[in-house]
Amino acid sequence: MTEAAAPKIRLRDVHKRFGDKVVLDGIDLDVQAGESIVVIGGSGSGKSVLIKSIQGIVRPESGSIQVDGEEVIGMGGKQIERINAKIGMLFQGAALFDSLPVWENVSFGALQAGKLDRKAAYDLAVETLAKVGLTEDVAKLWPSELSGGMQKRVGLARAIATEPEIIFFDEPTTGLDPIMADVINDLIVTCVKRLGATAITITHDMASARKIADRVAMLYKGKLVWVGPIADIDNSGNPYVDQFIHGRAEGPITMDLRR
Amino acid sequence: MNVLALIGRVFLTFLAAVGRLSRFALAAVTHMVRPPFYPRQILRQFIDIGYFSLPVVALTAIFSGMVLALQSHSGFARFQAEGAVAMVVALSITRELGPVLAGLMVAGRIGASMAAEIGTMRVTEQVDALTTLSTNPFKYLVSPRVLAGLLMMPLLVVVADILGIFGGYIIAIGKLGFNSGSYLANTWQVLEPLDVLSGLVKAAAFGFLIALLGCYNGYYSKGGAQGVGAATTNAVVSASILILIANYGITEIFFAQ
Ligand SMILES: Nc1ncnc2c1ncn2[C@@H]1O[C@H](COP(=O)(O)OP(=O)(O)OP(=O)(O)O)[C@@H](O)[C@H]1O
Ligand SMILES: [Mg+2]
Repeated sequence: MTEAAAPKIRLRDVHKRFGDKVVLDGIDLDVQAGESIVVIGGSGSGKSVLIKSIQGIVRPESGSIQVDGEEVIGMGGKQIERINAKIGMLFQGAALFDSLPVWENVSFGALQAGKLDRKAAYDLAVETLAKVGLTEDVAKLWPSELSGGMQKRVGLARAIATEPEIIFFDEPTTGLDPIMADVINDLIVTCVKRLGATAITITHDMASARKIADRVAMLYKGKLVWVGPIADIDNSGNPYVDQFIHGRAEGPITMDLRR
Repeated sequence: MNVLALIGRVFLTFLAAVGRLSRFALAAVTHMVRPPFYPRQILRQFIDIGYFSLPVVALTAIFSGMVLALQSHSGFARFQAEGAVAMVVALSITRELGPVLAGLMVAGRIGASMAAEIGTMRVTEQVDALTTLSTNPFKYLVSPRVLAGLLMMPLLVVVADILGIFGGYIIAIGKLGFNSGSYLANTWQVLEPLDVLSGLVKAAAFGFLIALLGCYNGYYSKGGAQGVGAATTNAVVSASILILIANYGITEIFFAQ
């Protein structure tokens, strides 16, 4: 091995299609332990599919995905469970269990692993909810009684409750007011810097990306067209990145609109 | 249009569906007997199926028993064989109507709600969320429901048997002028353990099918609210049809000479 450390997550030539639609078309990416990667890209470009592939929820047709050196593609259910025990995930739509109260959602992972009794799990939930700016009153509510932004924050609390080694955030700040969005950005930075977690965050919010990213990867037409340090994003020399971060309608990225 | 090719294609699709369902059933059963178990989930399903289905099943059974007494009395009167009323009620309820009617009612109630609940969880990514929280969705969602269907339906049918016979008794005594003691003695005399047992075996099989098809259709639903709606309909229709087919099969096993 020539590298100082083996990457925490390693993707090689990953391909995924749904029917005729090619979504991932040869993705290569290394994420080092303790690193925070932000994935940007247009709507429908396959960002969510990319992180779901790493968790074994979506099964790519070919390529290799390794987590801590273990191949995920083709892995059986039991092994996938073991890999997922290391990973916390915030879903784009929160995906809270609506048959369980908020606090059981947050401490679900800890409860199922049998690590905690219900009292301790409740305390853990309240403590984690506080980190995302929610009070104890929320703990006993049902997910359907929350606003969209609150659901998102509960989803975030569920993702970080067990202090996983790897955390995926799918658009953590979408639907939040600017102040709360910044609180969440700080929280993500804390998770990565203080707890040493490895994070992949999907976002459209460039302010958020600048705050949390070590490196940025841009997905376009199934390929990573640019991967680089956040410091370089303003002078990447990459026309796709330039167009994206400035939000211009003119450029190499076309929106397939009918004129 | 090549008719043979069309028939072939339909047949292959059918076989594929049967294969998928069998695999699903096998997985549900193997996860049922292998730890970890989720007692809270199992208990919730027991209560949902066993307890909350009681009113529908009870009403269905009582009125079926009442109708049976009335109909068989008016029919048998033509042969001066009114004495057979107790027998007709007892045998029809325990062997057929108890399990089949309870099965169809529970299919409408439970099969639909299972498909809707799991289907909604699927399209809102809650099923995926289970996986990311290191919980096998099969163990957590499917197995408790199938287990509850398998065990609770026979209990419901015991209740249906008792209430169905009671319904017949009310009509026989209150309306048709039978003597209470001899009607009950008659009922008791004709009933064989096998009559009740075959009904309970049917109940277990129907409960298994209802939960299995509810979960299966929910689990593979896609495409938002419309997909969940379709899954719900499919769950009820397919469970009802399979109940009637299985009913014939089990009857054949028990009673064909
Ligand atoms: N289960 C699925 N079945 C079929 N197609 C799918 C499925 N999941 C995703 N896709 C398709 O894959 C493509 C990428 O989807 P994905 O959710 O990854 O987009 P995204 O980059 O996360 O977009 P957004 O920013 O809007 O969330 C889309 O075109 C979508 O239609
Ligand atoms: Mg997405």
